[in-house]
Amino acid sequence: MEENSYKVPTMAEMAAENETPEVLFWVGCAGSFDDRYKKVTVAFVKILNKAKVKFAVLGTEESCTGDPARRAGNEFTFQMLAMSNIQVLDMYGVKKIVTACPHCFNTLKNEYPELGGNYEVLHHSEYLQQLIDEGRVRPENGETFKGKKVTFHDSCYLGRANDIYEAPRHVLEALDADLFEMKRSKVKGLCCGAGGGQMFKEPEKGNKDINIERIEEALATGADTIAVACPFCMIMMTDGLKNKEKEDSVRIYDIAELVAKANGL
Amino acid sequence: MAVLQQVFFIALLATIFWLVYRRASLIRSTILLGKSEDRTDQPGKRLSTMLRVAFGQKKMFDRPLIGVLHFAVYIGFILINIEILEIVLDGVLGTHRIFAPALGSFYVYLIGFFEILAFGVLLACVIFLIRRSIVHVDRFQPEKHREMSGWPQLDGKLILIFEIVLMLAILSMNAADSVLQEMGDPHYTQTGSFLFSQFLKPLFTGWEPDALVIYERFAWWLHIIGIFVFAIYLTYSKHLHIVLAFPNTYFARLSPKGKMNNMPEITSEVKVMIGLENQNADSVVPERFGAKDVGDLSWKNLMDAYSCTECGRCTEACPANITGKKLSPRKIMMDTRDRLEDVGRNMQANGGIFVPDDKNLIGDYILEEEILACTSCNACVQECPVLINPLDIILQLRRYKIMDEAKAPGSWNMMFQNLDTNQAPWKFSPGDRFNWADAIK
Ligand code: SF4
Ligand code: SF4
Repeated sequence: MEENSYKVPTMAEMAAENETPEVLFWVGCAGSFDDRYKKVTVAFVKILNKAKVKFAVLGTEESCTGDPARRAGNEFTFQMLAMSNIQVLDMYGVKKIVTACPHCFNTLKNEYPELGGNYEVLHHSEYLQQLIDEGRVRPENGETFKGKKVTFHDSCYLGRANDIYEAPRHVLEALDADLFEMKRSKVKGLCCGAGGGQMFKEPEKGNKDINIERIEEALATGADTIAVACPFCMIMMTDGLKNKEKEDSVRIYDIAELVAKANGL
Repeated sequence: MAVLQQVFFIALLATIFWLVYRRASLIRSTILLGKSEDRTDQPGKRLSTMLRVAFGQKKMFDRPLIGVLHFAVYIGFILINIEILEIVLDGVLGTHRIFAPALGSFYVYLIGFFEILAFGVLLACVIFLIRRSIVHVDRFQPEKHREMSGWPQLDGKLILIFEIVLMLAILSMNAADSVLQEMGDPHYTQTGSFLFSQFLKPLFTGWEPDALVIYERFAWWLHIIGIFVFAIYLTYSKHLHIVLAFPNTYFARLSPKGKMNNMPEITSEVKVMIGLENQNADSVVPERFGAKDVGDLSWKNLMDAYSCTECGRCTEACPANITGKKLSPRKIMMDTRDRLEDVGRNMQANGGIFVPDDKNLIGDYILEEEILACTSCNACVQECPVLINPLDIILQLRRYKIMDEAKAPGSWNMMFQNLDTNQAPWKFSPGDRFNWADAIK
């Protein structure tokens, strides 16, 4: 497939042609602006293209869901953002949303309904699992993960917050990788330290940063690939890895990137 | 003499009832200081949650060995109440083993069963006591957790000693009783020896009948007075969870853990601001955003505080606490309870009305540093065996700090500003939001 053959239609373009996409891909702030996570956004778009999913993005019409404001205690800013997002989503008649960010996912799914925004919301791990189960995506023509040691870091906002533990693991298993669980995983998983607005401020005084504790656990599995499914986890774990000077021997990828690699995308 | 004992017993019983009633109503009225919140939807789901978590002790079995031991104490506690019924009836009516004649030979089995329970409780409590005092379980150590120093430490051990004494009393009482039966004392109903206490009989061989009666009565009174004292004690202790675990799990939150409660009072204001609604003349501006004191929290938050068993499972799983930050979700619950107790004492001293005392939950009990450290990861909520939600309280206190006092860390203020002007937490132009796509288009 040629580089320039990927399509990223916007809702506005679709609406102009009187079309409605199957699903809206909610990119999120990290997916739009963070250099590392932009790669994940691109990987996911490639997968959507390959699976021939009729999707669209909001492009510049998207705003932050408001999650960091709400968790940091600023309900005004949260609701301002949420209400205007709901206006945009409803204007386009959006029914189904998929997002790679567990924080966006949680907010759109659980918190927007009370403000009048009702959508079917999926995290990209669930969506990838569906695409794999339906045979629309299968590992081919790409890197093989057979025999690779992978560990998965549960995002609190995917796991405990929404009880999604199996979907990302299912995706990893489909890649034939060997999954090694950390000492604390699933319901017992340890936070990366970013949630609740912590991403945007210095941590309180303690004897260690949370992401360091977590990366130590991840490294203890002996895995050479750490899979994540959240932009904030990605940032925190990457910082941790740098701190441990292990960037050369261990890699951190989002599950979407691994699927894209397996498909040679 | 016997009549005197009866009169004394009845007076004691009445006093205990009155004292417990008074404590219970005080606790109830402090819980009701909280804001209303509807937790009556989905009764079926609520009931099954309660049956699983409180009756079935589901979460305790996350750690199988502790689960079994705790279950022994719990089941012993529930079923021994049947025996207490007999003791109370005997005390009031001046009878001895009032159920024995009616139940016939079944009575021996019944008491035997209670003795198994008593022995189970005894064993579990001894193990727990050893665990708390000798084998050092991290989460109970005051050196590691400042909220555990002093009373909470003692409270945890006292109750175990209490139970051990009570169980020893009942077993030795039964042993003395069966020795007296063998001597043919007419007052002591013939039932035959009991399952466990028969092994204690050698302790009483060679005793004068009078001494035996005195010992039997002593153990009887010790046991029942112990239970009475326990009833009052538990209202002051973390052992209130014995009672409150049931309503607390029934009224637990059913929504996904990630969902933060909405603030409808802000919704209408925001709707006006973005032009979705006209200014409503009779819309009331709330006097406070978020929670500053216990009265700003919901009644369920307050019931949570009274239900906390101080087990520290929440704190043990808290990433902030694990990495040495001041935040401990257990402390959040204990502080909320301490504040409620202070408010309760205040109310009691002022004829049932709370007179402001210049203190607040935030600042005087819980520090800003604690609530700022929370990552809202829900580990504490996940771990709690009685379905307490410390996170809910933390987030409400945070709302107060940020919105009412406008005391946010500088970098959060930057983030808010970015969100307000750029619709992203970082300082990027909204117009650049779609630039990522240039790489593949
Ligand atoms: S939600 Fe907050 S208090 Fe609870 S475990 Fe996580 S960081 Fe600790
Ligand atoms: S909040 Fe729950 S987990 Fe934490 S100490 Fe209290 S009872 Fe234990």
